[in-house]
Amino acid sequence: MSDADFQLKGSTITVVVLELHRYLPNSFASQLEQKIQQAPQFFVNSPVLINVGKLADEGLPVDFSLLIKQCRELGLQPVGFKGGTEKFARAIAETGLASLPDSSASVKAVALDIPEPAVQPDPEVQVEIKTVIQERVVQRPSKVITRPVRSGQQVYAEGADLIVLSQVSEGAEVLADGNIHVYGALRGRALAGVYGDTDARIFCQHMDAELLSVAGNFLLSESLDDSIRKQSAQAYLQGDTLKVISL
Amino acid sequence: MAKIIVVTSGKGGVGKTTTSAAIGTGLAMQGHRTIIIDFDVGLRNLDLIMGCERRVVYDFVNVINGEATLSQATIKDKRTDNLYILAASQTRDKDALTQEGVQKVLDELSEDYDFIICDSPAGIEKGAQMALYFADEAIVVTNPEVSSVRDSDRILGILQSKSQRAEQGKEPIKEHLLITRYNPSRVNDGEMLSVSDVEDILAIALLGVIPESEAVLKASNQGAPVILDGQTNAGQAYSDAVDRLLGNEVAHRFLSVQKKGFFKRLLGATA
Repeated sequence: MSDADFQLKGSTITVVVLELHRYLPNSFASQLEQKIQQAPQFFVNSPVLINVGKLADEGLPVDFSLLIKQCRELGLQPVGFKGGTEKFARAIAETGLASLPDSSASVKAVALDIPEPAVQPDPEVQVEIKTVIQERVVQRPSKVITRPVRSGQQVYAEGADLIVLSQVSEGAEVLADGNIHVYGALRGRALAGVYGDTDARIFCQHMDAELLSVAGNFLLSESLDDSIRKQSAQAYLQGDTLKVISL
Repeated sequence: MAKIIVVTSGKGGVGKTTTSAAIGTGLAMQGHRTIIIDFDVGLRNLDLIMGCERRVVYDFVNVINGEATLSQATIKDKRTDNLYILAASQTRDKDALTQEGVQKVLDELSEDYDFIICDSPAGIEKGAQMALYFADEAIVVTNPEVSSVRDSDRILGILQSKSQRAEQGKEPIKEHLLITRYNPSRVNDGEMLSVSDVEDILAIALLGVIPESEAVLKASNQGAPVILDGQTNAGQAYSDAVDRLLGNEVAHRFLSVQKKGFFKRLLGATA
């Protein structure tokens, strides 16, 4: 009868990568500011990962804390470093930010569509900003429930389909980011595509739902056609209306 | 090791205490050492139904607080051998029960008894949760009526998720459905849910159907569990239920309207 104070979950985020080739503080700050001015809304408070994998080692110590300070002054939020080799490891550790392992396999660089200024960039120092889009994990396995979902219980299949191999009682709620399959009687509420997937569908063997919803468009029990009640049925979105037809 | 059975329902007034008394007595009559514990602190009824209200010196809360030993608090039933009762406190409330305290009492009782029947209070809050937490099996008492069925469904969800067995990932509590106050003629008239309607909605194994009977009120007021009145339908139905609980296959009776013989109709005898 006790709850944990927290829960650990996995998540993916989109982050801007700043691939540093050379670090000369003065030209860096003005270069970066110029880039940011081109699309200020995009960059304000944006988390940024600093890739030092291509940073030329000229024997000069790199002042990482100044680098971070300059980024912050311009509204970027450095969250960590990547590509750091042995030489930079200690300096990076001293900044207190994360040092991420190289995960080039899952990283796809996409060129940012920002109009280039007419002025030639300073050939000495080049700062490249690339937008990185993480590939989404192919498919999360469906959540399978084998026991009845009882009144007052709520089941949510995050990022996946939901399959219930029993009934869903009145007063129970089943939700999914994907489709919902109920191999039994659906007497409670079913909400599919909760994150906006308008292609999501709800299937059941005995339609007696209190409420059906796909991507926020819902239908109450009283609006269900009598001919469809207690039959095998599916519900899907057609435009803005939820259609319920027999299977 | 005792088997701990909770008699619960969610809804109030459906027959939990009547059932706890009847089934506890039935098990003891078949030779099993049985104790019935009243978990309804502050609104105790088990002692009245068992007819031992004048013999309650120490209660469940006294034992948990260490103010009395179990042997001082347990009451031996005068009518049936092997049967004992642990009454609830009337002056305190449900907050007086603690999980550690209840566990300690149940562990101690487990060594001496074959069956421990926990008579749950109504509701889904702390009192009811405490009664079901340590259970191995559950008898869900339901009237064939919509609000009782929905509340029973709710308590089934709680049995599945908030019991010790659920929290420790052990085998789930074995659930039994007991339908009480069943009236076949009203079912035929379409006024009352039928057994199959209730089974359909709740989807758990049927332990028994107890017909509506005037004998239940009589039994309460006399302080004698209805199962002792073997002439009545309700008493017999409870006996059947006890047999099924012990694993025997017994056909369900009293499900259809009984044709009264000529004299019964003439004299207006009741079930």
